[in-house]
Amino acid sequence: MPTFVYMTSCDGCGHCVDICPSDIMHIDPVTRRAVNIEPNFCWECYSCVKACPQNAIDVRGYADFAPMGHSVRCLREEEKGTISWKLKFRDGRVKDFVSPIRTTPWGSIKAVTEYSAPSDAAFDSQELAHEPEYLKIEGGLPTYSGKFKEGVV
Amino acid sequence: MARRKTIYVDSDILVVGGGFGGCGAAYESRYWGRDKKVVVVEKANIERSGAVAQGLYAINCYMGMQWGENTPEDYVRYQRNDLMGLVREDLGYDIGRHVDSTVHMFEEWGLPIMTDPETGRYQREGKWQIMIHGESYKPIVAEAARKAATEVYNRIMVTHLLMDKKKKNRVAGAVGFNVRTGDFYVFRSKAVIIAAGGASHIFKPHSAGEGMGRTWYAPWSSASAYALPILTGAKMTQMENRIVLTRFKDGYGPVGAYFLHLKTTTENAYGEAYEAKWRSSIEDMVGDYVNHEPTPTCLRNHAFLKEVEAGRGPIRMVTKEAFKDPHKEVIGWENFLGMTIGQAVVWAANNIDPKETNPELVMSEPYVMGSHATCSGAWASGPEDYAPDEYQWGYNRMMTVDGLFGAGDTLGGTPHKFSSGSFTEGRIAGKAANKYINDLGTDQPEVSEQEYETLKQIIYQPLETYRVGRNEITAGTVSPSYLLPLSGLQRLEKIMDEYVGGAGTRYMTNEPMLTRGLELLKMLKEDLAFLGADSLHQLQRSWELHHRVIASECVTHHTMYRKETRWPGYYYRGDHPQLDDKDWHCFTLSSYNQEADEYSMESAPVHHIVD
Ligand SMILES: Cc1cc2nc3c(=O)[nH]c(=O)nc-3n(C[C@H](O)[C@H](O)[C@H](O)COP(=O)(O)OP(=O)(O)OC[C@H]3O[C@@H](n4cnc5c(N)ncnc54)[C@H](O)[C@@H]3O)c2cc1C
Ligand code: SF4
Ligand code: SF4
Repeated sequence: MPTFVYMTSCDGCGHCVDICPSDIMHIDPVTRRAVNIEPNFCWECYSCVKACPQNAIDVRGYADFAPMGHSVRCLREEEKGTISWKLKFRDGRVKDFVSPIRTTPWGSIKAVTEYSAPSDAAFDSQELAHEPEYLKIEGGLPTYSGKFKEGVV
Repeated sequence: MARRKTIYVDSDILVVGGGFGGCGAAYESRYWGRDKKVVVVEKANIERSGAVAQGLYAINCYMGMQWGENTPEDYVRYQRNDLMGLVREDLGYDIGRHVDSTVHMFEEWGLPIMTDPETGRYQREGKWQIMIHGESYKPIVAEAARKAATEVYNRIMVTHLLMDKKKKNRVAGAVGFNVRTGDFYVFRSKAVIIAAGGASHIFKPHSAGEGMGRTWYAPWSSASAYALPILTGAKMTQMENRIVLTRFKDGYGPVGAYFLHLKTTTENAYGEAYEAKWRSSIEDMVGDYVNHEPTPTCLRNHAFLKEVEAGRGPIRMVTKEAFKDPHKEVIGWENFLGMTIGQAVVWAANNIDPKETNPELVMSEPYVMGSHATCSGAWASGPEDYAPDEYQWGYNRMMTVDGLFGAGDTLGGTPHKFSSGSFTEGRIAGKAANKYINDLGTDQPEVSEQEYETLKQIIYQPLETYRVGRNEITAGTVSPSYLLPLSGLQRLEKIMDEYVGGAGTRYMTNEPMLTRGLELLKMLKEDLAFLGADSLHQLQRSWELHHRVIASECVTHHTMYRKETRWPGYYYRGDHPQLDDKDWHCFTLSSYNQEADEYSMESAPVHHIVD
């Protein structure tokens, strides 16, 4: 499988279809619910799992090497800025983890066009955007000034 | 054949691939080109596309110049040492001097970077790596890129580049198709930046069943970054320098944090340390390189391989001690959950708790890429202020085709860029592309209608081939007139595995094997004309396969050309088992002539600019 979708939870909204980097989450024309059409191209990246508003997607480890009976589930909460994980081993042991995902509000990044336009002198230099300031070092952007050598190190 | 709508998109700068290199390219292109139209085209959705789709737990390239931790010169020495002497030091120095500003931008945007409670500095995992809570690394970076780009086109697979009508060696745009609507897209652009990632599924993966997608590099890394430039005749470099990774078994979970931060070690099946005992035999093969610090990645692989061949496998990571510390246990697990969730799935399924069991390691199948401990990719011009003349023919990060730039996995000669360095390289290319466009003046590139109309026919052909062929048979996947993309992929992987140094031959090859490999690849390439696709999704798979086959052919020619074993542990030339600095301390360069369907090979000197 890798990912699979629970029939009773999925409402066919298509968020998983939109996000899957492998283009393998599709809406089944008959059931009108999502299905992984190519499990052997699934990376178990969980992008769809994280994106599903109904928590309808789960993962069953690759059948050709993962024994059954386990689960690895997550809940990604953008407003709280966290992701929580619950791992269940085949023998029933459980582990929980929580990590932060972002330190600033979603959508808050200042657009590059909101910065004042750079000068011609900056354009002609080797500096990139926000340099040298963002390097946080004295003396500006390092420049190589030594002599060239050729041959074996 | 169904009539396909053609949609034209004009831009100044076209960025192909919205991963780390592409997002950096979009950001910088617009920073310097406020009046310019910057378009990003991505085959998936930039929110979660590329190698960082599931997040990362570390930024593997950060100098820490603000605290005097490393200098760009140190970084070049590290790259050079790890790649057995052969790197583009001019390009590496350039990444090193800029990368810190990239990381500081990421932090400002909201990426949680861990800090060392004692020093207040970023928490180091190792000399070059800093630790992050990077589950949302890609969405954060994509937010910045989306705001920078004039337009982002998701779900469009780019299949070919378009060349200028008047100047043969100048790029003028790209074509592709929308994987959802099936519309044909013609992108007309003054400059193109390729940032389409590396290549998995060139060589046969260990798992060929349901788990074939659990490769180390993402299954969607489909070699477009190489095929697109190769077809234009752009020079490629070090394509033989494929990488093999030592990783946790089956899930390919990363080991960096274990070695560097948790300070775990490896042992053979009998609990013995084994690396040191192979040192003298490695020295016989490669000379003094084995005595460099840290031991080059490929040579550590080599010791692993020899120990297993000697019948003392499996090799295990000794985790039991470290995992008694609850803090380290959390790091160990979160490291997977943050970037290779499949490994946590494998361990949960197998009841492997590293507190109680020392988990097995494995050596992966080979991958072709340019941003990790390897540096395959396109040959690019270096920075204007110091690159040697031979490495400088135009604009920074421009390939040997005018107006065609690259970043990240796309460009060769610069290993150890990782996420931050790939983004940085995109930034460098974005600024340089602006310079290139400003200098064009009235001499603007123009696409040829005939060229893109011909490509339009070719691109959709697999749908037609399938439609016609499907009526010939009752049911099933076996047809005398078409080849399904999956069958073609499996054929490619088998050829590369058996003849070009895959895991199946223990990474061994030689001239007769490579010669046979090329014959088989040629027939496969011919058979690509018979690909059959039952859907737009399979049409995407068809073009991914095309790109993989083209890149594979290039890899094979390069492997044939370099008559030495430069990176034991990545691959071996049985007919040239020694490292040979006298004849091969050089870069290998290829260029493909599409009309003649021929590769030509040459060498280029390695200039060492840092002591
Ligand atoms: C398991 C794993 C662990 C890693 N760990 C770390 C780490 O800890 N720290 C670190 O810094 N780095 C790490 N890396 C490396 C890092 O992810 C890469 O170096 C970086 O993503 C390379 O950037 P890129 O832009 O070249 O490729 P990508 O980020 O892969 O982007 C390529 C983009 O191009 C798109 N594309 C491909 N073909 C086409 C086409 N034909 N048309 C349109 N779009 C296309 C893809 O969909 C993708 O979005 C890791 C990678 C992996 C896989
Ligand atoms: S995101 Fe969830 S609910 Fe929506 S289609 Fe996918 S599986 Fe169904
Ligand atoms: S886990 Fe990733 S690759 Fe698999 S279906 Fe979900 S989004 Fe696609």
